Amino acid sequence: MSRPVRFNIHPIEANLSDAISVAEAPQGYSGEGFFTSRLSDVVGMARKNSLWPLPFATSCCGIEFMATMGSHYDLARFGSERVGFSPRQCDLLMVMGTISKKMGPVLRQVYLQMAEPRWVLSVGACACSGGIFDTYSVLQGIDQVIPVDVYVPGCPPRPEAILDGFMKIQELVGMESIRRRNSEQYKALMNSYGIE
Amino acid sequence: MTENHQHNIKLPEGSIEKQTTTLNVGPTHPATHGVFQNIMELDGEQIVSTEQTVGYIHRAFEKLAERRPLYQVTPITDRLNYCSSPLNNMGWHLTCEKLLGVKTPKRVDYLRIIIMELARISDHLICNSIVGVDTGAYTGFLYVMQYRELIYEIYEEVCGSRLTTNIGRIGGFERNFTNTAFTKLERFLKEYPKVLKEFESLFARNRIFMERTIGGGAISAERALNYGFTGPNLRAAGVDYDVRVHTPYSSYEDFNFSIPVGKTGDNYDRFLVRNEEMWQSLSIIEQAYKKVQEFKGADAEIFHADVPEYYLPEKEDVYTKMEALIWHFKIIMGEIDLPKGEVYHSIEAGNGELGFYLISDGGRTPFRLHFRRPCFIYYQAYPELVTGGMLSDAIVTMSSLNLIAGELDA
Amino acid sequence: MALTNEHIQKRISEKFGEFVSDFAEPYGMLSFTVSKAYNLKVLQFLYDEADLNFRFLTDLCGVNYPDLVDSELAVVYHLHNLQENMRIRFTVYTSIAFPDVFTASKLFSSANWMERETYDFYGVNFLGHPNLKRILNVDEMDYFPLRKEYPLEDQTRIDKDDEMFGRG
Repeated sequence: MSRPVRFNIHPIEANLSDAISVAEAPQGYSGEGFFTSRLSDVVGMARKNSLWPLPFATSCCGIEFMATMGSHYDLARFGSERVGFSPRQCDLLMVMGTISKKMGPVLRQVYLQMAEPRWVLSVGACACSGGIFDTYSVLQGIDQVIPVDVYVPGCPPRPEAILDGFMKIQELVGMESIRRRNSEQYKALMNSYGIE
Repeated sequence: MTENHQHNIKLPEGSIEKQTTTLNVGPTHPATHGVFQNIMELDGEQIVSTEQTVGYIHRAFEKLAERRPLYQVTPITDRLNYCSSPLNNMGWHLTCEKLLGVKTPKRVDYLRIIIMELARISDHLICNSIVGVDTGAYTGFLYVMQYRELIYEIYEEVCGSRLTTNIGRIGGFERNFTNTAFTKLERFLKEYPKVLKEFESLFARNRIFMERTIGGGAISAERALNYGFTGPNLRAAGVDYDVRVHTPYSSYEDFNFSIPVGKTGDNYDRFLVRNEEMWQSLSIIEQAYKKVQEFKGADAEIFHADVPEYYLPEKEDVYTKMEALIWHFKIIMGEIDLPKGEVYHSIEAGNGELGFYLISDGGRTPFRLHFRRPCFIYYQAYPELVTGGMLSDAIVTMSSLNLIAGELDA
Repeated sequence: MALTNEHIQKRISEKFGEFVSDFAEPYGMLSFTVSKAYNLKVLQFLYDEADLNFRFLTDLCGVNYPDLVDSELAVVYHLHNLQENMRIRFTVYTSIAFPDVFTASKLFSSANWMERETYDFYGVNFLGHPNLKRILNVDEMDYFPLRKEYPLEDQTRIDKDDEMFGRG
């Protein structure tokens, strides 16, 4: 099928503020030729706008994630163009779908393989609490094996809800102090899951 | 299979035959599209043997169903093959109707067929575009995903949900289709053929795609039958078995459509069969829509069978009419005993014959409900399909079988 | 001549006599009971005979009837003659103490996993099965969860108050 071909020789003056969203600069003190701010803020801003998600999709919510990732909803708008499948390179573990007791150790293994700092987004009723499957074979919420940062309810959640959960994660990431992962509190949390 | 020639690397005689590598594919491998584990023994890139492990999302559907009244089982069936939930819902309702002896009006049958065929399209669309992704064409996937949204919008208009639809009730639908639903359906019927044509021409005669898929994962008709293949995978092997034609349900006998059949049962044939089935589904939807439009006046208001014992009354009536309130209470609380009996009913789902074997002992819930899940049955053949082939072909074979973990593990 | 339920029933009763019983036609599908030792012979007979020709195993599943003494477990076979488009079903009962049934996996490759599933859920021991181990549940599981005596819910959980969930 032939389509009219357009060459971009007379670009229309684009209104940048409309088409591209620019992250707000962190609070700081600026003068002639310099700008000072807290390191934590700058790192947070950089991290939150380039999260690499690792989709751990097991069932129905995975199909909704496909829609989220697809052209219609486009997760890439939030700085997650690259959906990685290697835990070593990813920052955000998105758990989507039922996690059975057989799968639990695998999930934990994947979490342990990720490098700090790492975040976990639990998508869907099954991952959050076992959902309608209160049965002998289903893990009743992934927070029994790994710590979770944000829960997205729904069975399955709409793509908008997944995006909302993702933005909540971004908020958390942006505000996180760079020392948080060394704090006693965080170590205690990890220890409560048996992670050294 | 062509001979492997090692031109550049000088290895001692016989060393390649001796050394094998064990590779663990899954359960969370990007190439598995679902949670399956395959422990493969590789000789270079050739697969010597493979052993599958399944059950990573076993959710005990069958046990769960023994606790629930019939209408509460519908949400479980949603989550079997979640790429085509409405098909499973309809299959379950048809099973219940068979057990209860409910006869549905023609208009309900036709509306159901519209929904079922839409679901079939969305199922095959995902499968074929994923085959595309695995052979290196991500574009096709991204392109058709937005047209799947059109199907979801129709579901949404009919039942309020996108993916796990819980669509319909025993005896019909929860409410009549609105005009918006039909407008959206018209839009889909208008826009989709062009997209499908484009999608088809991107792949069907594409040299790269053909080289990658022809000959990979082939199975003979005889072996396929012995392995219990059904659906597009069996038809690709050359057997024209389709439940819609063999045991027509929901008035499929009123429609004209053909069953596409392949020859070799390889990945390419599976792709073509699914592709052709989408065209057939489109034609069925058009026919059904035409038939639905022929109902005028009061007939156009019929969207469920008149069975107050099993069909939930309208909410407004529940608040104002005594009788409706009683039925509502009885149905919701599961106070109605089922007739005693054993029934097996099957429909042509996205992956093949989806069967429901329901044993009722006269109680309020099924005594035993067994799902015949096509995925579970044909995935056994996977080692036979891939042994001797290349590792990269095995990945394409896996996606072209359209394995859905939820259906497989139940 | 089209295959009829009567014809199938006649052929099977002639061949197996008292080992097949309880012929019925619920919802039009011929169903009967086969004595435990003869399940494979019946399957083979239905497969081989030219006029019966049941060569497609649609489904195989287990059922638990706790009230039937000495035949607590049942294995249900659904067969399909694709040429004549005829379906039949037969059941094999076995006691829960000795749940040994012959495997059909030599005849139908598809029976392999379905029998493993039945073993996993009900503990039916299929004699001669090449690889009889759990398929859906974890290997460490020490009971057969779909038997009626075992509860549906996870027994280890503490976060849901039983009383609030109607099972106090």
